[in-house]
Amino acid sequence: MKAAVIVFPGSNCDRDLAVALRQGGADVTMVWHKDTGLPDGIDMVAIPGGFSFGDYLRCGAIAARSPICRAVVAHAERGGYVLGICNGFQVLTETGLLPGALMRNAGLRFVCRPVGLTVETAASDFTAGYEAGQVLNIPIAHHDGSYTADAQLVARLRDEDRVAFRYVDDPNGSVDNIAGVLSDNRRVLGMMPHPERAIDPALGGTDGAAMFRALTGAMAAA
Amino acid sequence: MKARVHVMLKDGVLDPQGEAVRHALGTLGFLGVNGVRQGKIIELDLAEGTDEATVAQMCEKLLANTVIESYRVEFG
Repeated sequence: MKAAVIVFPGSNCDRDLAVALRQGGADVTMVWHKDTGLPDGIDMVAIPGGFSFGDYLRCGAIAARSPICRAVVAHAERGGYVLGICNGFQVLTETGLLPGALMRNAGLRFVCRPVGLTVETAASDFTAGYEAGQVLNIPIAHHDGSYTADAQLVARLRDEDRVAFRYVDDPNGSVDNIAGVLSDNRRVLGMMPHPERAIDPALGGTDGAAMFRALTGAMAAA
Repeated sequence: MKARVHVMLKDGVLDPQGEAVRHALGTLGFLGVNGVRQGKIIELDLAEGTDEATVAQMCEKLLANTVIESYRVEFG
């Protein structure tokens, strides 16, 4: 699998994400936000966590309008894979590739700790390495992670089995405890928790590693 | 020419920051504040002749996230 990790000014999980993807077996290229195109043959674009453009205007808003994001949207529209973690999830909602929005945590505090995360569906190439209903231990670290969607959208996500992960205990006020959502073609995933921070026992857990292994496996099979 | 864009959370979208401000006003002894909604104002210094439709596009494409926010533009 060939993956591109997008780097914005203010990204701070980009190298961790590259390490996780490489550990899963991916060939990783870092791509700067001012580039107007992705390298040839990219299977998956990964948008890392951080504080792109200082969270100015709204989290992810400026990044979503950067030159590289036009290429990322085109890649997704061709059926390419896109993974957005934390700020990456915020960027994906701002581009419109994923529905809903992420708002300030209900408790107004930055929350940084491991949380229980239920895998809601194994029916995606991101989550195929897990069992539906399995509970993972994955860290979160965000100030603006309250997933917001109207009742129709929440019902649609549920009916279409597009909620990838839910929090076991609500840390931030997200509607329906939603922690991660899939696009309608199930090839774009946005999630607030950080699976790339849970790939090595030295870092406190390895529950995230199966996601990166599953992605590489899915693309090798394709 | 100048335009002033008011961006507010839509009705029905919870505003935890506004709620915190309301609570703090109560702590200061200001009674009877039933609700606080916090938004932002963006001032644009525009080339003469910029039309309203263009400013509306600016709002739709960047200045507001219309999933959760509404906007109002004031000219002059």
